[in-house]
Amino acid sequence: MKRVLKKALFPGLIVLLMVFPLLAAVGCGDGGEETTPEATSQVTPTATAQATPTPTVAPTATPTATAQATPTPTLETYKIGAVFAASGRNAPLGDPEKKTAELLEKQINDAGGINGHKLDIVIYDTESDETKCVLLTKKLIDQDNVIAIVGPTSTGESVALLDTVTKAKIPLVSCAASYKIVQPVEDRYWIFKTPQSDLLAADQIFSYAKKQGITKVATICDSAGFGKNGEEALTMEAPKYSMSIVDKESYGPSDTDMTTQLTKIKGTDAQAIICWGTNPGPAVIAKNVKTLGITLPLFNSHGIANQEFITLAGDAANGVIFPAGKIIALNAVPDTDPQKPVLQKFLTDYQATYNSVPNTFAGHAWDAIQMVVMAMTAVGNDKAKIRDYLENDIKSFAGTGGIFNMSPQDHNGLGPGAFLMVKIVDGKWTAIQ
Amino acid sequence: MSSDQLAQYLFTGLTQGSLYALIALGFAITYTVTGIINFAQGEFVMLGGMLSYLVLDDLHLPIAVAFLIAVIAVSLVGILLERLAIRPAKDAPPVSLIIITIGAAIFIRGMVQQFISKDAVPIPPFTGNGTFSVLGAVVTYQSLWVIGIALVSVVGFYLLLSRTMIGKALRACSINKRAASLMGIDARNMSTLSFLISAALGAIGGIVIAPLAFTQATIGVALGLKGFVAAAIGGFVNLPLIVAGALGLGIVEQLGGATLSAYKDAIAIGALLLVLIIRARWLQTAAGSE
Repeated sequence: MKRVLKKALFPGLIVLLMVFPLLAAVGCGDGGEETTPEATSQVTPTATAQATPTPTVAPTATPTATAQATPTPTLETYKIGAVFAASGRNAPLGDPEKKTAELLEKQINDAGGINGHKLDIVIYDTESDETKCVLLTKKLIDQDNVIAIVGPTSTGESVALLDTVTKAKIPLVSCAASYKIVQPVEDRYWIFKTPQSDLLAADQIFSYAKKQGITKVATICDSAGFGKNGEEALTMEAPKYSMSIVDKESYGPSDTDMTTQLTKIKGTDAQAIICWGTNPGPAVIAKNVKTLGITLPLFNSHGIANQEFITLAGDAANGVIFPAGKIIALNAVPDTDPQKPVLQKFLTDYQATYNSVPNTFAGHAWDAIQMVVMAMTAVGNDKAKIRDYLENDIKSFAGTGGIFNMSPQDHNGLGPGAFLMVKIVDGKWTAIQ
Repeated sequence: MSSDQLAQYLFTGLTQGSLYALIALGFAITYTVTGIINFAQGEFVMLGGMLSYLVLDDLHLPIAVAFLIAVIAVSLVGILLERLAIRPAKDAPPVSLIIITIGAAIFIRGMVQQFISKDAVPIPPFTGNGTFSVLGAVVTYQSLWVIGIALVSVVGFYLLLSRTMIGKALRACSINKRAASLMGIDARNMSTLSFLISAALGAIGGIVIAPLAFTQATIGVALGLKGFVAAAIGGFVNLPLIVAGALGLGIVEQLGGATLSAYKDAIAIGALLLVLIIRARWLQTAAGSE
C-alpha cells in the first residue's frame, strides 16, 4: 500500500497543486465556445437606394464588404460587435440580450438597413467568463473589424474590458450595472452603459425602506463584480437616508448555502436584509431566509429582475421587494410616459419572435444597440464620430431602461425616474409605491 | 455567537459534511483500486442532480424513481468513463490518467450544458419544506434526508468492502494489483467496479443535496475539491478518518464562514494545502525510513 501511495500520490499532489488553478479557471462552463458570428454578409449591388437588400439574387455572395472589384457601387456593411454571456451563470441575462440583438438586426435590415447599409451584429458568447470576454472582444476588434461594441452582460466582464477598449479607441456600450463602468468619466472616454446604475438602485431601496420606518439594515452581497459594487453603492448611499448598515455579509457567486451568513444576521438588530447579486445566489438566500424563519423584509437589487429568480426560489420569492425597470410591470406605467410606446412595441415584437417575455436585461441590449444605430445613422462608420455622438447627441431618448440624457460628465444618462419598486406577490411582479 | 447560532452552524456543517463524505469515498475507492485520482468525481455528483432534474421535469416521475434512474445512469457513465477513457490508456503514467479524468470532467460538463441546461435548476424537496427546531437550530426535512442517506451509503460501502467477496477483491487490488491477479482476481473488472461505485456514491450525494442547493452544470468543480480534501485527510484509505474529515470540513467551513464570510471558499483550499503539506512530509519520512 505504501508503495502505491508513494508512486502515485506524490506526483498526484504536485499535479493537483498545479492543475487546480487551471480547473478553477476552466470550470465556468465549457461546452466549447458557443460563437454565433452572424451569417455571411451578402453584398447587394445597389444602383439606387433600395428599400430592402434582397438576400438571394446576388450573383456572387462575398464574405466581406470591402473586397469587391466590380464596378457596381456597393454599400459597405456596418458591423457592430456584441459580447453577451449567453451561457454560464449569467445566461438569464445574456441570452435575452443576444436574442434582442438578433431581433433588432433583422428589423433594421428589413427596413432598409442604416441609410441603405446592411447591419451586421457579430455576437459572441462569453460564457459568463471574464477572460473569455476579453479574448472575444479582442477578436471582434482585430479580426472582425467592428466599429462599435455592445455589451458585455456583467459588471465583472465590463471592468475587464476597460483597457482593451480604450487602447483600441472603439466605443463600447455596456449592458452592465455598476457605476464604476462609467466613472471616473475622465478615464472612461470610450465607455458608456445603458442599465440604471447601482447607485440609483441603492437610492431607490433606501428611500422605500425609510418610508417603512427602517433605519438599520444588514447587507448580504455576492463577492464578485456586481455584488461587490452593489455593496459599495449601498455603503455610499446609506448615510444620505440616515440608514446604518449593522452587518455586511458576503457569499461566493456559486455558493449553494447561505444559512451561515443569515444565521449571523438573525442575531443582529437589523430591521431588513438587502441582498445584492445575480442568480442563483439571491434565490438560495430567499429560500434560506424562509427556512430559517426570518421574518424581516428582504430587499434585492435589480439583478433579480428575471423570471429565473421566481422559478428557482419558488414560494420563497413571494414578498421580495426590489427596484426594476418599467419593462417588468408595464401596466403600472402611465400612458403619458414617453417610454410606454417604446416598451409596448419591444414587448410585442420580442414575444412574437421568441414566444417569451423579455426581461430588463433584454431591454438594456435594446437601448445600447438603438443608440449605436442612431449614431451610425447620423455619422456613419467612424469610431470616433460614433463616440462623440453617443456622448453629446443622445438627449431625451426614450429607451426601455429610462429616458437617456448622455453628457460628457455622465455616460449612463439616467435619473431617478428610471426605476419602479416591485414586490413579488403570488409569483408575479406587482408595482408598489 | 449565541448557542442557537452555534447549533445552526454545527447542523448545517453536518449536512454539508455528509455530502463531502460521499464524494470523498468516491475518490478513495477509485484511488485505492486503480491508483488514479478521478477528477470527474465532482461531475458525477453534478450529473446525479441534473439527471434527476431531467427525469422529474420532463418525465414527471416520482422522486424515488428519479433517484433510482439517476443513480443507475450515472453509474453507467462511470463505467463508460473507465472503459473508454481509462482502460485504453492503462499503461500511461498516473499523471496522464489524472489528466484524462480532467478532460472527461470538462466533456461531461459541456454535454450537460448543451443538452440539459446551462442555468441553475430547482428540484423539489423529497418530503416537503417542513422544518423543526433542534437545540435552537433550524433543521429541514431535506437535510435529514441528506444525513440519513449519506449514513446508509457509508455503512453500505463499509459492509461491501469488509463483508463481501467482491469487497475483498477490491481491497486485494488496492494492496497489490499483481498479487491480486495472480490470485485469480480480474484487476480490470475491479477497476471498472470501483468507478461504478464512486459514480453511484457521487450521484446519490448530488441528488439528495439538490433540493437544498439548486443544481447546475458548474457545481462539480468546487464539490469535487471539497470531497478531495476530505479524502486526503483520511489518506484515501482510512474510512473513518475520511468521514470524520468530511464532517469536520463541513463544520469548519460554516464556523469560518460565520467569522469571515468572504473567505468561506478559501477554507476548503486552505485545508487542502495544509493536508497535502502534512501528508507529503509524512510520505517523505516513510520513504526515507524504508
